[in-house]
Amino acid sequence: MSDINPSFAVYSGLKSSGIDFVASVPCINLQYLLKLIDADPEIVHVPVTREEEGVGLCAGAWMGGKRPALLMQNSGLGNSINALASLDFLYGIPLLMIISHRGCEGELIVGQMPMGRLTPMLLDSMEIPRFSPSPVEAEASVARAWGVAATKKKPVAVLLDLQFWKGA
Amino acid sequence: MKRMEAISEVAAAAEKALIVCNIGFPSRELYAAADRPENFYMLGSMGLASSIGLGLALVRPERKVIVLDGDGSVLMNLGALATIAHNALENYLLIILDNCCYGSTGSQPTCTSQRTDLALVARAAGVQQVGTVTTPEGLIDALSGHGVVVARVDPGNADVPLIDITPEHIIDRFMRSFLPFGPFKIQV
Repeated sequence: MSDINPSFAVYSGLKSSGIDFVASVPCINLQYLLKLIDADPEIVHVPVTREEEGVGLCAGAWMGGKRPALLMQNSGLGNSINALASLDFLYGIPLLMIISHRGCEGELIVGQMPMGRLTPMLLDSMEIPRFSPSPVEAEASVARAWGVAATKKKPVAVLLDLQFWKGA
Repeated sequence: MKRMEAISEVAAAAEKALIVCNIGFPSRELYAAADRPENFYMLGSMGLASSIGLGLALVRPERKVIVLDGDGSVLMNLGALATIAHNALENYLLIILDNCCYGSTGSQPTCTSQRTDLALVARAAGVQQVGTVTTPEGLIDALSGHGVVVARVDPGNADVPLIDITPEHIIDRFMRSFLPFGPFKIQV
């Protein structure tokens, strides 16, 4: 274990990537990261009602010259799949997805388990690159994930499980 | 009024406004009526035209963004109306071309064919400026405003071909039409 704050490590990765537009649907594990983003005047933050809506907003923001990230729980990946394919993949639109991965080791909510187990497979079958860093690795990993998204012009996921957020 | 007529009127009066257009026949009709680099033709992701346009309007406050959407698509992404209301942008106008049916899939009726009034839904979501128009003149008048306009149009599609330019070309020329350095210098 390290004493690096996981939320601040992800935030630092967003900053070093130049992320300046964030759409979000909250997760309890994203709450401190969302506060850091809200306090940052360089980042436009738009809470959305559903994750798929966030994919649309982020696509529009990218067309407008911004570097977009979508913050959500992995349940939201299921709500977004058609848009990731028929909007981002179709037009070649980069998107950094910061995903709180619930339903894995240590999960207490039974309803999170099915999507939790399927999430990595869903990303793999969609050919969406995924990163699962430790807090120590998170800043560099988030920046690398955006680099892949921007050069390959596609969505990329950073999956952050319950272990990652311990000490948040 | 026919939807093709409504779309043609909007395109003719749009000047330098950026237009984000809904999937299916609406994009085909816009492409046939008035193709221009400032048009973004949505070829997939049904329901997201309003959200794509909102993201664009948020980050390009100096540009007017007009979204041409449909009743079926708005019903699929109703939460977007709340997000539109919450952000209250003066450079964003959502035009819902309401033909009371899924026009691109065989004209199956939507809920607006009976009791659902999308103008009332938009108002209840918190959008301050909401209007309903039934004529081309009314639609042109509404273009100088923002918020949401429901334009009642007849069912039916114009006899127009498929869009024969690629998604890559659509987005590249769209971004080049208003970004000072084109897409790539800014993004990577």
